Amino acid sequence: MRDDLLVLARDLRVKFTTGVNAVNGVDFDLRQREVLCILGESGSGKSVTLRALMRLNPPTKTIMSGTLELGGRDVVQASENEMSDLRGPFVSMIFQEPMTALDPVFTIGRQITETILRHENISRRKARRRALELLELVQIPSAKRRLDAYPHELSGGLRQRAMIAIALSCRPKLLLADEPTTALDASVQIQILLLLREIQQELGMGMIFVTHDLGVAGEVADRIAVMYAGRFIEEGPVADLMRQPLHPYAKGLLGATVHEGSRGKRLTTIPGAPPDLRDLPGGCAFAPRCTEAEGACLAHLPELRTPVPDRAARCIHVDDRPAAFGERLAS
Amino acid sequence: MLHIDQPEDRGGPAQPLVIARGLAKYFPLKRGLFGSGGAVKAVDGLDLEIKKGETLAIVGESGCGKSTVSRLLMGLIPPTAGEVLFDGELVGSAALPAKEYLRQVQMVFQDSYASLNPRLSIEESIAFPPMVHGLGRTEAVERAHDLLDAVGLAPGLFAGRYPHELSGGQRQRINIARALALRPRLIILDEPVSALDKSVEAQVLNLLMDLKEQFGLTYLFISHDLNVVHHVADRVLVMYLGRAAEIGPVESIFAAPGHPYTRGLLASRLSMDPTKRRKTPPLTGDPPNPVNPPPGCRFNTRCPIAEPVCSNSQPNLAAIGHTIHALGHEAACWALVPGSGHSLATRKVA
Repeated sequence: MRDDLLVLARDLRVKFTTGVNAVNGVDFDLRQREVLCILGESGSGKSVTLRALMRLNPPTKTIMSGTLELGGRDVVQASENEMSDLRGPFVSMIFQEPMTALDPVFTIGRQITETILRHENISRRKARRRALELLELVQIPSAKRRLDAYPHELSGGLRQRAMIAIALSCRPKLLLADEPTTALDASVQIQILLLLREIQQELGMGMIFVTHDLGVAGEVADRIAVMYAGRFIEEGPVADLMRQPLHPYAKGLLGATVHEGSRGKRLTTIPGAPPDLRDLPGGCAFAPRCTEAEGACLAHLPELRTPVPDRAARCIHVDDRPAAFGERLAS
Repeated sequence: MLHIDQPEDRGGPAQPLVIARGLAKYFPLKRGLFGSGGAVKAVDGLDLEIKKGETLAIVGESGCGKSTVSRLLMGLIPPTAGEVLFDGELVGSAALPAKEYLRQVQMVFQDSYASLNPRLSIEESIAFPPMVHGLGRTEAVERAHDLLDAVGLAPGLFAGRYPHELSGGQRQRINIARALALRPRLIILDEPVSALDKSVEAQVLNLLMDLKEQFGLTYLFISHDLNVVHHVADRVLVMYLGRAAEIGPVESIFAAPGHPYTRGLLASRLSMDPTKRRKTPPLTGDPPNPVNPPPGCRFNTRCPIAEPVCSNSQPNLAAIGHTIHALGHEAACWALVPGSGHSLATRKVA
């Protein structure tokens, strides 16, 4: 195994005791310095996948199976103590709503130093100096003063920056982000996205970004994985996937997104609604909504097909002979 | 038998459907241990016209007052100052009593679940408004079924269901059907698709466009999503901290924005092309707190071209368009006012 591999997932499944099959066999690798965007609609399993990486889903109600390794260490079977050692120095997460993720009764500085002291054997003064550096890293103006501020004293954008600072406090190799800009205003959203990309490159981290917004993926991702009913139905480099999606669902999603040039035209829509995760159809889960579906789609789950190296889609209509793909591109 | 139909056009096509003058809403702050309290100036002197049959969009960031404007027009909160004229009649006057006005203006909210009564079936929810206005139960239910059809939900399947049994997109269709039940002329849509997934958003936007045609409606569309606004609007009003920053035809605003805030907002849109990623954010900082808006132009603290004049006095909307396509394009920026003292303004005098 290559040692720059941060995440290795094979046939990862997450099931809840309520009967919901949230993640139904996900395979992917993430290497150092790579940014993967998991794109999907609500209920597609994208957040559950992300939480599974840190094992944050409620332990008594979650059944995880398959292979999941972070930096070569097994996550599925690890003890709680082993997980605690992984969380922070190796992997950390930022959330959509900073106000619920931050503790309202402690200052920002206290919350950062606390995290550092939990994992590293250094003095409180040194930890505080690191906290200040972190606030400067996430470009919080008058950082020294902000160390003593409580979360409610900060604006939405600054709170999100403070949360990023906490997530970075133990220098993680892998940063997970769960819709970190969805609750922000447009002019602040782009600031946070650019900041995350800058920091990711500066610190050489791997990053997994969960979003429902194609535009967000377009700004930060190296690769995109499109998720539907708990499976990656397509994966590929961001530019290729956005220019020419392979899977009918990915095509529909791109067509349904309002963009420049769509004015006055009817938007293409995907008929119907996502399937019930308690009772998934056999075969392709998208088949009941798919305009290209035929009998074979429902017979069994389509294999991942790879028409060109580095791209894959779970659809029987994707031609996996590279020559045929090239012809189709040319026509 | 009582009929509730769309009231006829009184003022003719040239009469704007809505005229709001000097609209203001201050929310008083609770008196604290220190100081006198003060007020949040959510909307501070807004003039607005909505023409018949158009879609006017209001865009802006949180705290800009766009939702307060919608609530003021809907009569959900009383204005601190200002007046609203509907089809030429003053709202609340003898010619147009509040109840009659409210029948002609309906609203759809962002949260599709919170705006439906969980104890009423879909059919009852839609039939309720006409019954309040005096329509018999049988006719009201019949109308509810017609409206379910119009929003693309089979009445036989959905009429008896309850809100929790539906998806977000279906619930938003129900809210739209209920808004149509009184045959209104104006529908205020306050972030109607913001909580929906992209594929459902497209369905609802298509539906709204169809219904507008079918029922002869005028829309006030409030959104923070500039791509959606570009898609649906005829004219756009850009608000910043309770004031109008810019207003004009959608193509003119998107092609040649006059106000630096509009430019920043447009540039903040996410690129759908990964090869053209930007390096620096177009605007810095967050929108300031509306309790203590900065003096002068409210945007001067974040404006890339701010000069001393901008913090001294407040600019008003002034025409900036010179071509036929930009007719009615106005912006409130000192850099566009010749002789204002802004260094960029003098160049424009010719």
